[in-house]
Amino acid sequence: MSVAESPKLPGSPRRAGNILFGATALLLCAWVLVPIYLLIVNTLSSPEAVTAFPKSFVPGWDFANLEFFAGFAGILKALKNSVLVAGVTMLLAILIGAPAGYALSRFDFPGKSAFRILILMTRAFPLPLLALPLAVMFIRTGLDDTILGLAIVHTTLALPFSVLITFSLFSGIPIELEEAAWTLGCTREQAFRKVVLPLILPGIAASAVFAFVISWNEVFAASVLTIENRTLTAFLLQSLDVSPMHLKFAGGFVLVVPALIFIFAVRKYLFAMWGIANR
Amino acid sequence: MAEIQIRNVAKTFGTYQALHSIDLTIADQEFMVLLGASGCGKTTLLRIIAGLETPSVGEVWIGGRRVDHLPPRERGIAMVFQNYAVFPHLTVFENVAFGLRMAKLDDRLVRERVERTAGLMHIEALLQRYSGQLSGGQRQRVAVARALAMEPDVILMDEPLSNLDALLRLEMRAELKGVLEASNTTTIYVTHDQVEAMSLADRISVMHQGRIVQAAEPVEVYRNPAAHFVGSFIGNPPMNFITARNQGDGKWQVAGQQFTGPSVASETLEFAIRPEDLSLAETGLQANVRVVEPLGAHILVTCDVEGSLFRAVIDSNSRVKAGDVLHIAPEPDRIRWFDPETTLAVA
Ligand SMILES: Nc1ncnc2c1ncn2[C@@H]1O[C@H](COP(=O)(O)OP(=O)(O)OP(=O)(O)O)[C@@H](O)[C@H]1O
Ligand SMILES: [Mg+2]
Repeated sequence: MSVAESPKLPGSPRRAGNILFGATALLLCAWVLVPIYLLIVNTLSSPEAVTAFPKSFVPGWDFANLEFFAGFAGILKALKNSVLVAGVTMLLAILIGAPAGYALSRFDFPGKSAFRILILMTRAFPLPLLALPLAVMFIRTGLDDTILGLAIVHTTLALPFSVLITFSLFSGIPIELEEAAWTLGCTREQAFRKVVLPLILPGIAASAVFAFVISWNEVFAASVLTIENRTLTAFLLQSLDVSPMHLKFAGGFVLVVPALIFIFAVRKYLFAMWGIANR
Repeated sequence: MAEIQIRNVAKTFGTYQALHSIDLTIADQEFMVLLGASGCGKTTLLRIIAGLETPSVGEVWIGGRRVDHLPPRERGIAMVFQNYAVFPHLTVFENVAFGLRMAKLDDRLVRERVERTAGLMHIEALLQRYSGQLSGGQRQRVAVARALAMEPDVILMDEPLSNLDALLRLEMRAELKGVLEASNTTTIYVTHDQVEAMSLADRISVMHQGRIVQAAEPVEVYRNPAAHFVGSFIGNPPMNFITARNQGDGKWQVAGQQFTGPSVASETLEFAIRPEDLSLAETGLQANVRVVEPLGAHILVTCDVEGSLFRAVIDSNSRVKAGDVLHIAPEPDRIRWFDPETTLAVA
């Protein structure tokens, strides 16, 4: 039902509802979009325009900041590291999280509820407390300053989400669907591939996004555990601290945009999830 | 050829015994209805035949082959699930085609079969929809179509029409019966609707608390219930029961009247009679009328015979009203007797 189709009865409760709905949607969009917009405007303005007052709300189409950034020593390598770490984190979180989610939803085993609480508890453990002993251990095993080492730490952060998301997804798929597929000529593997997998793909995508973003944004472990192979966040934290305002904006821009592009790329699956949840 | 034999099958869930040594043979191409109250084990038995549940004890044979170790897909069965289990990510067409595609039929054949079965189930117009866009009754028909399209040796249906309105149900029932009679399918059909059971079945198996109490033709089940439960479960209104005292020589005393019954030694038996086998008479069981309900051609009289509740269906010409004292006479050859200990019928 769209606003345009509804009868034009001023003051009718339906109209009031529509206005409220529209206003809320607008507010929520503004909440997300305005900061991103300002970030873009400032990134694409000359250094003078960034510090000038009153502010301009149209970008100056000045790519000097970004150009400077692209030329900044190590930035591209940091970007690559971030993508790699986030990618590996995503893979590990799904490969470990999805089977755990399946087990939680389909099998009964002793200590099941305790296990569920424990998964959440890992998030209650402060990372700074872990970072130092981890750094020591990583140095001993040779995992320090590697993509894999950092990805493992990020996976532990992302895992609770991927387990719980996939758990609720598998639980939402009645076992009868699999059984129906078996009676219609499927082996267990075929039934999983043809029935369960298409149904959980949106959820897998959602937890992949979470894992990716968690890793992408994580700065503490990244700063402690890497020196040469810094991720973008750790790199920016280190270098932007001492940079002028316009470069900070450019740094923020570089940090936000890849995550946005990634989420945009998987949006189809995210939306499909609601479609199935409604059925 | 797909005769189904269930040999001494039992099933326990944890400590709960859902099925007690079931023995049942369903002939090739027979239409067998499983009838029983909620929770008596109908679905469990069906799932054991389908291979979705393993029996704790016993064997299942289909078409002369022992199948209880085989996965569902190797048993030559198709099943309609109680909760439909229509695949939500596929259109109705692809749902109905699912099994056919697994069997690697070519596209033209698949299309033909899907359209034919969809026609039978009146879902032609829905073929491009997803299950989220269907009503409960439509989903149910998709589930039935999906099973029928397989043209299996054995079709197992778990309350396949339960969600349809009365009219559509009547129509689908006739349609199903026609289709299944024309094919060579052996059918097991679960329902708790006894009218449906009566009208569809070649034979009815009445289940009670995990046991099959009687497996016989519909009229036999109705006329000669093998146990008290069958008489009280089948028929609406159900059978009337009252205690009879032994007078010796096969004579039994019921509410002051004498009837000829089985010559057994036991002190008491249960005397049973169907409501429509009672009629008003000069002499008969003395009944105090409690409630009178007109049913159209007949009236249903609920009355009290020596402390036992009796229902009689009598001609609507008779002017009976609450508070009357009547005499109702049972049709002699319709009287049945049950042992109060075992609850089984006594001849
Ligand atoms: N997986 C299970 N674990 C434990 N108990 C079960 C399980 N499945 C069924 N039962 C029990 O077994 C009994 C029979 O269940 P079943 O589903 O066969 O009943 P039904 O005759 O199909 O009933 P309805 O007409 O309500 O569908 C019930 O008491 C049920 O609670
Ligand atoms: Mg059932």
